[in-house]
Amino acid sequence: MNITEYMKQNILILDGGMGTLLQQRGLPAGSRPEHFNITHSSVVKDIHKAYFDAGSNVVNTNTFGANILSFEAGELEKIISAACENAFAAAKESGAPQPKFVALDIGPLGRLLKPLGSLDFEEAVSVFAETVKAGCRCGVDLIMIETVSDCYETKAALLAAKENCDLPVFVSNAYGEDGKLMTGADAAAMVAMLEGMGADAIGVNCSFGPDRLAPVVRDYLKYAEVPVIMKANAGLPHDENGKTVYDIDAGEFTRQTKELVLEGVRIAGGCCGTTPEYIRTLTESLVGVPLKPIDKKNFTCVSSYTKAVFFSDDPVLIGERINPTGKKRFKQALLENDTDYILSEGIRQQDSGVHILDVNVGLPQLDEASVLENTVCELQSVIDLPLEIDTSSAAAMERALRRYNGKALINSVNGKAESMESVFPLMKKYGGVAVALTLDENGIPGTAEGRVEIAKKILKTAEKYGISKKDLVFDTLTMAVSADGQAARVTLDAMKTIRREMGAHTLLGVSNVSFGLPERGAIGSTFFAQALENGLSGAIMNPFSAEMMTVYHSYRALSGLDENCADYISYMSSRTAAPGSAYETAEKAYVPSAEKASEAADTTPLRRAVCKGLKELAAKECAKLLEHAEPMTVVTGEIIPALDAVGADYEAGRLYLPQLLMSAEAAKAAFEQIKKAVPAGRGGSSKCTFVLATVHGDVHDIGKNIVKLLLENYGFDVKDLGKDVPEEDVVRAVVKYHAPLAGLSALMTTTVPAMENTVRLLHERAPWCRVIVGGAVLNEDYAKKIGADAYGRDAMDTVRYAEKIYGEISRDK
Amino acid sequence: MIRQKSFDAPPFSRREVFRYAGCKTETEEVSSLVDKCCEETEGRLSYRVCYDIYDLRRDGDFLSFANINTDSNTLKTAFKGCHAVLVFGATVGAEMDRLILKYSRLEPSKALIMQALGAERIESLCDAFCRETAEKLVRQGKTLMPRVSPGYGDIPLTMQKELFALLDCPRKIGLTLSDQLIMSPSKSVTALAGIKYDG
Repeated sequence: MNITEYMKQNILILDGGMGTLLQQRGLPAGSRPEHFNITHSSVVKDIHKAYFDAGSNVVNTNTFGANILSFEAGELEKIISAACENAFAAAKESGAPQPKFVALDIGPLGRLLKPLGSLDFEEAVSVFAETVKAGCRCGVDLIMIETVSDCYETKAALLAAKENCDLPVFVSNAYGEDGKLMTGADAAAMVAMLEGMGADAIGVNCSFGPDRLAPVVRDYLKYAEVPVIMKANAGLPHDENGKTVYDIDAGEFTRQTKELVLEGVRIAGGCCGTTPEYIRTLTESLVGVPLKPIDKKNFTCVSSYTKAVFFSDDPVLIGERINPTGKKRFKQALLENDTDYILSEGIRQQDSGVHILDVNVGLPQLDEASVLENTVCELQSVIDLPLEIDTSSAAAMERALRRYNGKALINSVNGKAESMESVFPLMKKYGGVAVALTLDENGIPGTAEGRVEIAKKILKTAEKYGISKKDLVFDTLTMAVSADGQAARVTLDAMKTIRREMGAHTLLGVSNVSFGLPERGAIGSTFFAQALENGLSGAIMNPFSAEMMTVYHSYRALSGLDENCADYISYMSSRTAAPGSAYETAEKAYVPSAEKASEAADTTPLRRAVCKGLKELAAKECAKLLEHAEPMTVVTGEIIPALDAVGADYEAGRLYLPQLLMSAEAAKAAFEQIKKAVPAGRGGSSKCTFVLATVHGDVHDIGKNIVKLLLENYGFDVKDLGKDVPEEDVVRAVVKYHAPLAGLSALMTTTVPAMENTVRLLHERAPWCRVIVGGAVLNEDYAKKIGADAYGRDAMDTVRYAEKIYGEISRDK
Repeated sequence: MIRQKSFDAPPFSRREVFRYAGCKTETEEVSSLVDKCCEETEGRLSYRVCYDIYDLRRDGDFLSFANINTDSNTLKTAFKGCHAVLVFGATVGAEMDRLILKYSRLEPSKALIMQALGAERIESLCDAFCRETAEKLVRQGKTLMPRVSPGYGDIPLTMQKELFALLDCPRKIGLTLSDQLIMSPSKSVTALAGIKYDG
């Protein structure tokens, strides 16, 4: 019988702990258990056999850490093959009557993925793939991915398994006491992502005893539509009469685990500290236990790497601002690869209270697939809201979905055969909830009935791909009411039918309705209110519009979705509190004294705002000046003198680094206003290009970012290559821009060789470029030794050097 | 056997945050930034430690415990008169790195304070853990000596690899080590402290 069939009728019993048993049989502390498959095969086999004898249906091969990061390819193959042989031999030798299966065990890689760590996502996928392929060659029955404590790494492992075998894949994660993975995901987020990608069973292992794992397991049972796994520890180790023992014995472990089996767990076993005795007791106690059916939960939900967002009667807001359409400044940011601006737009929307961010970076001049992939990676490195991948290019969609850390909202699919053929397979592979537009080859129907028919057609086709209603939200398309007086009515009627009669969730982009009319906010927000009342589940909207946000909060208060109107009150008070507060702080903070250059220089409101590091105020004062003054006059007459004064104070030790940075940030906020005021194409007043990077292998980049900020303040065109940048990439960028200056940073002694290599390559292939280096491990002598042109003691020092070189270049010209 | 333990937020030293941020004195602007950062990290950090105690042996010029053999002079001094070694890994979790990452792109001043706050938090966690362990040892008539870490004095940074293998840090507390010996989460410490009998 195959395992999938068996599971339909039976509780599946897994094995228990391995590591502790191996140590009892001679495995030295700190050495790799995987070698034991070859050197002590009979020991490993005996443990597997003891578990089969005790009643396990499945034993995990002793391959927890078997991957090509830890073993050479040839050795890895041998280890996995020996491990499988040990498990198969145990199954053969055990006389126990139950069906027996062997799972290829895959544990975490012991490295954190980017952006938190240094391992690239695709590299992780290929590392897992090697292990999966080797296991499959040995004929295992299933893949067991376990104890991974990071959402992204789990995705990499599951993807590798799905791409390289047809076996059932079980995924079990290790949660902390806070009910979250180490990198922050909760159970709902993990269920959403893993089910979306087609895991055959999901659950929880390691960490604690069954008692303390129970809350997370119950969350899995609440959300999951596939069998749930529980493989707890025998509690935690503690000291007892000078010996270290686990604190939950076999009887108690069994009682606690059985309780959760009765609640619906279908796959049970033990982890650290459990032994064949635990599994025997558990097996015996589960004889004749009735199977609890696994219900369809029908949650429509998307997730980020920390949380899930559910579509329900409580409307979901999707921020529409990451989109170049009609936004000059955003277009400019995309063309200049100004990711920081895009990120700040994302954060501002998050701060305004949206639940999901739409991401659209389609511009004809750009390679959309790579820009979208990159933007998704950047956004998910700093924002933990789920993303809506918004593109009409299937190639761009696939690349973004692959890298996305969670279950994305997909914008969009429609009733055209071609659209469904390209989007549904991607949804099936990577998971996701798709926005389904009610249009097809014949265009957008003019009637509500026509749009509902298309919705039904999309649903039917989706089902053929194994995609159910819960993973579609229908958009009945908002049209301009100025062009057709019935437009809004038709949209709302179709939406109402889909929501109320088909029982599917709905979504609208609400802004279009007011196109061509004056006071667009009035029409838009009224339409939004109407849509909400007619069952709108989610809106793609502008969260910076006070009118829209007011409707949203009012609707929730009026519909019983906002207990004690608490959210409404807090929103309204935040709106009234904001203006003015920056001024008050400014006045309070302003205590003139003649000692500091920055205090002598802050003779005007803008200079004062920059000197004091007050961002909002600096932006406001700058905008005020720009009403009458030329942008360049403001830069040279106001911002730069203030910055110079602060820089001088910092160098003299009168101000400290945080203050220098706050001033630089205030100056940057002022420069944003300048950028807005300078017509596009005329902004090319920068001094020269400065290529900046943290060297290969180093992931610390705060120092580099400080340097970047200051250089930008002083008018340099900084090409920031990021952190962990390969030598070749630095050289390529310097050559491409013919940059006269490059800055490299390194924090670790272990990454200085990479810096030395980069400097050497730059001197060979870009001899015109001056290289300045900095970072915690460097000093003047060391910098000279590795061949750099200069050493930057700190950010100001680097600015001074860049100014000097720029001066020389200008003179030569 | 490796033990793991979660702690509540250890006592906070504001002065240390300023010191790590490079401020010799507290100023109003920076002070309000520190407040904001504290508020933002509230409830987002997790304080985890994994540890074990090993017998210490001396073999000629070498010290050995568990899987480690070393002739480091710093360790010889740190372990003088000791019969056992406490080895531990500690972390305040990945959230701190996310915050640093976020602000280093958007608001470097805040990133700098977060960085300083993270350094203070992890050191305070190590202090709390060592204090607690020392109190336990005192009841057994033993003393815990000051902790040292790979990279201090002549203790090689490469010892990190052995410590990670020994303590199973990724699995126990979610602490990982890259090929370049960089720990992530970055606000983490691995350390060794000698244990000796009183008197």
